[in-house]
Amino acid sequence: MAKLAVRNLTKTFGANAVLREISFEVADGEFCVLLGPSGCGKTTLLRLVAGLEEASGGMISLDGQRIDDLPPQKRDVAFVFQSYALYPHMSVYENMAFSLRLRRLPEDGIRQRVREAARLLEIEGQLEQKPQELSGGQRQRVAVGRAIVRQPKIFLFDEPLSNLDASLRASMRVELARLHRRLRATILYITHDQAEAMTLGEKIIVLHEGKIQQLGSSSAIYRRPANPFVGRFVGSPQMNLIEGRLDEKRAVFRSGGLEIDLSEALSEGWEGYAGKALTVGIRPEDLLFAGRDDAWAQAEVEIIEDLGSDRFVHLRCGEMELLARIPAHMAVNRGEVIRLTGKPSRLHLFHQGKRVQ
Amino acid sequence: MIGALSLLPFLWFVLTSVKSAGQITAIPPQIMPAFHADFYRSAVSEHGLFRYLANSVIVAGSTTLISIAIGALAAYALTRFRFSWARSCLMLLLAISMFPQISIAGPVWKILSHLGWLNTYQGISAAYVSLSLPLAIWILSTFFRELPYEIEEAALIDGCSRLQALRKVVLPLAAPGLFTAAILVFIHAWNEFFFALIILTNSNLQTLPVGIALFPGEYTMPWGEIAAASTMATLPLVVLTLLFQRRIIRGLSAGAVKG
Ligand SMILES: Nc1ncnc2c1ncn2[C@@H]1O[C@H](COP(=O)(O)OP(=O)(O)OP(=O)(O)O)[C@@H](O)[C@H]1O
Ligand SMILES: [Mg+2]
Repeated sequence: MAKLAVRNLTKTFGANAVLREISFEVADGEFCVLLGPSGCGKTTLLRLVAGLEEASGGMISLDGQRIDDLPPQKRDVAFVFQSYALYPHMSVYENMAFSLRLRRLPEDGIRQRVREAARLLEIEGQLEQKPQELSGGQRQRVAVGRAIVRQPKIFLFDEPLSNLDASLRASMRVELARLHRRLRATILYITHDQAEAMTLGEKIIVLHEGKIQQLGSSSAIYRRPANPFVGRFVGSPQMNLIEGRLDEKRAVFRSGGLEIDLSEALSEGWEGYAGKALTVGIRPEDLLFAGRDDAWAQAEVEIIEDLGSDRFVHLRCGEMELLARIPAHMAVNRGEVIRLTGKPSRLHLFHQGKRVQ
Repeated sequence: MIGALSLLPFLWFVLTSVKSAGQITAIPPQIMPAFHADFYRSAVSEHGLFRYLANSVIVAGSTTLISIAIGALAAYALTRFRFSWARSCLMLLLAISMFPQISIAGPVWKILSHLGWLNTYQGISAAYVSLSLPLAIWILSTFFRELPYEIEEAALIDGCSRLQALRKVVLPLAAPGLFTAAILVFIHAWNEFFFALIILTNSNLQTLPVGIALFPGEYTMPWGEIAAASTMATLPLVVLTLLFQRRIIRGLSAGAVKG
C-alpha cells in the first residue's frame, strides 16, 4: 500500500478545462472519497491517476515516486470501472487470475490468491461461470475481486455501486467499508451520492466545476461547509439557503419577511458585514417551530412528506420556500401558519461564496 | 424457395459430373445420372484438376491470412486511436473498394511485371490482398468499434501492453468478426477470375476458375469434366462455410454481452 499525492493537476479537453489545479493527498491505508455532481470531472481525475488519460499539467506520485509519465501497466494501480469491464470471454476465475498470469506467478500462488479473494467476496460458487451468467451484484464483486488479488499500491473505484439497486447498494456499501478495514488498503473512491461518501469516506474531497471545493472528514464537511455549494450538496434533504442582507446598525439579517438575530453567530465581527449581502444556510433538521416571541418568521405549511420515522415539511414564507424536518410525532397540518426559529450555533453564514466565522 | 432455385444450377452440374459420356448429350436430356466417376478421373488425369485445386488453396489461403492480419491491425488503429481523420480514412477505403476491377487491372499488371511477380504465388496474392483489404478493414472496424473500450483499458491496467491487450482481449472478443471477414475474403479470392487470368499465364500456377475456363480444347467441349471440376471447386466453400458458421455463431453469443 502506498501514499498518493496529486499536485496542481490540470486537464483540458480542447478548450474545455475539466480539472484545474487539483492538489490533494491520500494517506497510506486511507479511504478517500471524491464526491461531486455529474460531469464535474471525477472520472477524468481517476483516469489520470490510472494513466488512462494524459495530464495537461501537474504531477502525480505514489510513495514519493512520480508516476504521471508511466503507462498504466507500470503504475501498479487497480481500477474498478463503473461498467465493471469484466472480460466476457473468460470465467470468473480467469478474470481474477488474468493479471497474476501476466506477471507469471506460479499457478499455485494464483489459485490461492483467487480462492481467498473469492471467499472474502462470497463468490466461490461462481468461479467457473462467465460474467454474463452473473447478476449485477455478483459482477460487481468479481470486479472488486479482480482488483484485490493484485494487491496493488492503490485501489481506484469509479462509482462501483451506481448500477445496483438501492438495497443492494446499501449492503455493498457496508461490505466495502468492512473490506477496507480488513485490507487496510489505500483507496480513492468516486461517487456522486453524498450518503455513500459520508458512510465510506475517512476523507472526503468535494469536487465541483473542476475545482476542489472542500476537503476534510465527513463530519467536518457536514458541520462546517466551506461554501453554499458544499452546504447544499452534502446532506439530505438539502440545506435551506436564504439570500439577504445584514442591517447597517445591528447584527440582524433580513430577507423578505424573515429576520434573524446574528449577534450570537457573528459576535464582534459583525460590523465588517454591516449592510452587506449574506447567505444564511440552515439544515432542515435545524429549523425549529417556535412558540415564543423571538421567532424569525411566520410560514405557511404547504406540503407534508411523511417518511414514517420523520416528516419533511415544505413551508412558504413570502417568496421563500423552506424545508423543515420534524419528528413524526409532532402535530402539524397543511395550511397551518407556524412560527420558525433555530439555534444560532447551527447557522451557516456565507459571504461572496465563502464561509464566514 | 429462393434457396432451392439458386441451388438448381449447382445440382445440375453435380448430377452432370457423375453421368456417363453418352448421357450428357442424350436427347431428351436424362435427369438421373449413371453415377460414373469417369469425368473426375479424366479431369484429374487429363486436365490437372488437383494442381488447380492446390493452387487455389495456396493463393486463397495466403490472401486470407495476410488480409486478416493487416486488416485487423489497421482496423484496430482506425477505431482505437483518436485520429481526426479516421472517419475520412474509412470513407476513402470504401470508395476505393468501389473501383471496378478492370480500371486497376492495367496498373496492377505493370507493377507486378516490374517486380517480376507475374506468374508467381506472391504476385497474385498481393493483387488479391489489395482488392480485399478495404472490405476486411471495414468489417473488422465495425466489430472493434462495438467492443467497449473499457474492457481493453482494464487489460492495460491489469498489466497488458497494447499488443498483449489486442491479442488476449480484443481478438478473442472480435473472433466472430475475424471469421466473417476471413470467409468473405477467402470466397472472393477463391472465385476471382479476371486477375488470375491476366497474372497467371503459366498453367502450372493457374487457379481453379481459370483452369476450368481453359478446359475446352479447340474442337471439344468437355462438359462432364467441367462439371466435375466445378463440383470440386464448390465443395470446399460449402464445407468451409458450414464449419465456420458454427464458430461464428458461438463467437457471437460469447461476445454479445458486455462485461
Ligand atoms: N475524452 C473526452 N473528450 C472530451 N471531453 C471529455 C472527455 N472525457 C470527459 N470529457 C468532459 O469532461 C467533463 C467531465 O467528465 P467526467 O467523465 O470526468 O465527469 P464525471 O464527474 O465522472 O461525471 P459522472 O458522474 O457523470 O460520471 C465532462 O464535461 C465531459 O464532457
Ligand atoms: Mg464518471
